[in-house]
Amino acid sequence: MIKYQTIEDAARRIMANAAIDIPADYRQGIEDMSKWEEGDLSCFVLQTMMDNWKAATEDRRPMCADTGLPRYYVKVGNDARLADGFIGLERALRSATALATHDIPLRPNRVHPLWRSDNNNNVGINAPEIDWSFEPDVDWVDITTVHKGGLFGTDYRMLFPGDGIDGIKRFFLDTLVSFGKRGLACQPAIVGIGLGGSKDVTMVLGKQAACLRTVGDRNPDPKIAELELELKRMGNSIGMGAMGFTGNAMVADCHIEVGYTHTGGMPMSVHTFCLSSRRATVRIHADGSCEYRHDPQWFTPYMRRETVEWPTAKHSEKQSV
Amino acid sequence: MADSKAQRKTVRLKLPIRDGDLDGLEIGTVVYLDGVVYTGREGVYKKVIEEGAALPAGLTELSNANFHCSPAAAVEADGSYTVGGVTATASFRFSKWMRAWLELSGARIIIGKGGMSVEDYRDILVPAGAIYLTTVGYGTGALLGRGIKGVKVVHWLEELGNAQAMWIFEVENFGPFLVESDLAGNSLFEQHGKLINANLEAVYAGLKAPALARYGETDDRKDELI
Repeated sequence: MIKYQTIEDAARRIMANAAIDIPADYRQGIEDMSKWEEGDLSCFVLQTMMDNWKAATEDRRPMCADTGLPRYYVKVGNDARLADGFIGLERALRSATALATHDIPLRPNRVHPLWRSDNNNNVGINAPEIDWSFEPDVDWVDITTVHKGGLFGTDYRMLFPGDGIDGIKRFFLDTLVSFGKRGLACQPAIVGIGLGGSKDVTMVLGKQAACLRTVGDRNPDPKIAELELELKRMGNSIGMGAMGFTGNAMVADCHIEVGYTHTGGMPMSVHTFCLSSRRATVRIHADGSCEYRHDPQWFTPYMRRETVEWPTAKHSEKQSV
Repeated sequence: MADSKAQRKTVRLKLPIRDGDLDGLEIGTVVYLDGVVYTGREGVYKKVIEEGAALPAGLTELSNANFHCSPAAAVEADGSYTVGGVTATASFRFSKWMRAWLELSGARIIIGKGGMSVEDYRDILVPAGAIYLTTVGYGTGALLGRGIKGVKVVHWLEELGNAQAMWIFEVENFGPFLVESDLAGNSLFEQHGKLINANLEAVYAGLKAPALARYGETDDRKDELI
């Protein structure tokens, strides 16, 4: 049974881990890019960002003072039990957000869209967002927080089957160039692409691909994996680097996630994460013990299942009886 | 690897800026600041320019460096402030207020993210003797946080909230920033944008246009979007 206080404490800790500590996979990606980046100014920017990560960890300060829109992704094991149920979990995450905003401190970014009123704690109507997913045959809960800027670097377009891979490449370039100019997208970044699903899911998949997969990770479909690498190469051949200065370092990695979509359409979204790639995860086990990491491990084989059946352990037992 | 940081020209500027201090400062130079810097963005501009609120007393003598940002900071129970860091926000959104703001405040340095248009530099900043410094990255919140030595005062905190209030910071070795626009209105972003635009046709070569165009869409990739 997982207790309320365990969840709140763990969520406060991942809020700090995300804000302060650069994930190792992304740091390595940028270190590698800085070795081949040919643009003087772009390279200066990468070196300065690495200095910034070091200062953040040494001082326990946020890497970036723009908190972005802090939010959560929760994966619940099918056998997990929560002492205060899902309502308790949601309350714990809202409470942790408010407490972490003061304690770290984070900038209270969340305001009412019309009245611009600010509760000064990053909590409000529909904030923080919580996305849910489930995992068969386990009794843990994974909670990931992502602090991603909210203004630039994301776009959506309805493409059609006839537009093909060309259409995907063009829209990918359009988004990178338009938001890459002057560095509004805070590149080089992990770029996530959502393909298919309904329009809202197209956006969700692209966002999750950018924020919940690590540098070097590949889609299990070998053809999609190939397209990921091709788009990465293409993004790094625009001639644009960090802050929109001349250079090559634009895409730290490219991740594609797909969802079955309308037979007549091929909706696409592009999301660029940022030069701080703020994500952190905790796994809370049934006994209340916690393990912390920076790889969300969000896209499990179960999440990418293709048809009705999924052979869970319980299902198999029933079958064999 | 290309240029290293050691090779990039670096200067320290003392605030407030006095006549002559910015002469000869070239775009691309790395700048660190000492003195007092204040934050100001849409909340402050609306308050002062549109609603006619008076500038805080003594502001113009204290500082002429306006940072487009708001801090990751907390107000403690005893009224003190804890500042973790600051990160700039995109400046092009504040274009419509800049002329009036420079006249009222006498600001000589605008600090932000992404710069402004060359027209804004030519028509607004240059006549006011002002330059634009861009933050690096973006998102060097921790490095900039190290340079903030104290909060002198916060104006309109309750009314505008933490993120929109005017924070007045005492800073030391506060940076790095890059000179994006100099006293003549030369722009680093514009120069680099032109070089990148020259290569775009080749990048898109052979990719056919999508079946359905978007309303108002043009194919001129040289368009400046701000």
